[in-house]
Amino acid sequence: MATPRIRQTRVLPGFGPTLGYTLFWLSIIVLLPLAAVFIRASELSLEEFWTAVTAPRVVASYKLSFGLSLAAAALNAVFGLTLAWCLVRYRFPGKKLVDALVDLPFALPTAVAGIALTALYAKNGIVGQYLDPDGLARVALFAKDSAIGQFLEPFSAKVAFKPLGIFVALVFIGLPFVVRTVQPVLEDLDVELEEAAVSLGAGRLQTFLRVIVPVVLPALLTGFALAFARAVGEYGSVIFIAGNIPLVSEITPLMIFIKLEQPDYAGATAIAVVMLLISFVLLFIINGLQAWASRRTGRDR
Amino acid sequence: MSIQVRHINKQFGSFTALDDVSLDFPSGQLVALLGPSGCGKTTLLRIIAGLERADSGQVLLDGDDASNTHVRERQVGFVFQHYALFRHMTVFDNVAFGIRMKPRRERPNKAQIREKVQKLLKLVQLEWLADRFPAQLSGGQRQRIALARALAVEPRVLLLDEPFGALDAKVRKELRRWLRKLHDELHITSIFVTHDQEEALEVADQVVLMNRGHIEQIGAPEEVWHRPATPFVYSFLGSVNLFHGCVAGAGVQVGNEILPHQRGEVAEGAQVVAFARPHELDIVPDATGTAEGTGLSARVTRIAAYGITTRVELDSLDEATPEQHFEVELTRERAAELGLAEGQTVRLTPSNLRVFVDEGAGI
Repeated sequence: MATPRIRQTRVLPGFGPTLGYTLFWLSIIVLLPLAAVFIRASELSLEEFWTAVTAPRVVASYKLSFGLSLAAAALNAVFGLTLAWCLVRYRFPGKKLVDALVDLPFALPTAVAGIALTALYAKNGIVGQYLDPDGLARVALFAKDSAIGQFLEPFSAKVAFKPLGIFVALVFIGLPFVVRTVQPVLEDLDVELEEAAVSLGAGRLQTFLRVIVPVVLPALLTGFALAFARAVGEYGSVIFIAGNIPLVSEITPLMIFIKLEQPDYAGATAIAVVMLLISFVLLFIINGLQAWASRRTGRDR
Repeated sequence: MSIQVRHINKQFGSFTALDDVSLDFPSGQLVALLGPSGCGKTTLLRIIAGLERADSGQVLLDGDDASNTHVRERQVGFVFQHYALFRHMTVFDNVAFGIRMKPRRERPNKAQIREKVQKLLKLVQLEWLADRFPAQLSGGQRQRIALARALAVEPRVLLLDEPFGALDAKVRKELRRWLRKLHDELHITSIFVTHDQEEALEVADQVVLMNRGHIEQIGAPEEVWHRPATPFVYSFLGSVNLFHGCVAGAGVQVGNEILPHQRGEVAEGAQVVAFARPHELDIVPDATGTAEGTGLSARVTRIAAYGITTRVELDSLDEATPEQHFEVELTRERAAELGLAEGQTVRLTPSNLRVFVDEGAGI
């Protein structure tokens, strides 16, 4: 009874057709390929499946992939927010250029990004040479074997072919997600709110934490979730800089690729299933958090 | 608390928002800053609040120079045109915000905060909305909550920037009466900015008229209304008929015709602007239809006879001032006596004419 009445009053086609198209698209674009993964993986017995997904190399890759993706997304959340704030609030020469640069990691083929980062951070690279123990000592003007040089040694992290390199690559590709989701919300955020807070006696930190963060938080979590999801699935840019040392710097997508090359399709899909499930659960949690934040900020009422 | 403003200057790029403005706001009064948009009234208010810095000049709060005091420490309550409520907080949390921001040792405990907020919500007559979010309130309610929030920190001064500007006419009227009542209870020195002359005249103890970064006149509402000091004030307050002309003998020559006028100190031949309110013009039937006689010849274009008075709109018939329109307000009796009809040719004579030397003020 209610449906035809809605159809009469809305200008655009309403609930029925929209939901129909949505489910149709979702099915053929997303669900169908995912179902194929599950079907393929089900060829394995439970025991085979378990062995495939809990091999030490594979488990190490989960930790690396998900841990670094979360860390990279978190770092991006902080600096993405700063960058978005800067772009929204201030005028400076070259602002348009900076704004355009933010999108570059979106557009760049990931392999290009990987090669570029490797060239930078490899031992003889533009930045990498200074991060080398000897290099850092050179920069710091202290010999490697001097007291201060020795003190600095542990900090002279090598980036390329180490987990740190993967981290750098994941931060690189994730940045635009946070900036682009937070930016419109910041644009809507009235300067008057800050002025009101200050006139009521709030300090800078209080204004930031009590007035700005709660409003931006839902969008920030969305950006975080997107950056994280992208990082988990990232392959091209990471593969070059990671060095792919078993148990140290192998990411899960690489493990899948290695299995495929053997060829062990069932094993590859088994890992893929685990990856899918973990990603789904994590994204579900992040989305839940985001919904909670929106509700708490009174937007759903 | 008294507020004094001394020689304030403020530029935005090449635009002069405030040009050497000095003002005294006596303690406990409700003062309106009135003027057209861009006249600098909001800038002045923001400078007093400390939200904006003057290029030069001083703001004295209770005699102390506050120029280097941060907004936080000025103890001013500021109410924004668009409320600026924190939308992620309930009404209660909004009002409590200022109290919770106090340093720990000055901060009252939870029960005291609750009590205080309840008291403020009662004061603005919205205690039943404590758990709502701002998005669930009407505009008028939001502004009252914003006021309660500003009052929570016990400000020494209350500054309101076009507080009713975003509300519809009926709510505006209700709220300004309410604001006046509130002020009579609290006696807190208050300044509010408005471009609505009716609002300023109705609510304020003192009205400060501003134009182009200058102060044109300061006075009680009836004073600025009855004795406008400058052509700007004359034309800004209420509707008015404006004549450009020059002093000629016992009148003002406007175009080819003469308006009779009691000659003041203005020298013969001086360029002047003359003002007459609609009720200060009389309509005389022009029997001959020629250019003879006193007053300006005009044609009746429209008669609006609703209400207590009858308003008549007329077009000038003088070839020298073809674009001029007039507005006359007559008592119903006078209108009946004249028996006016649209299209009729008449003469206008002022019963009172205020003449200013034309300094090219661009009115």
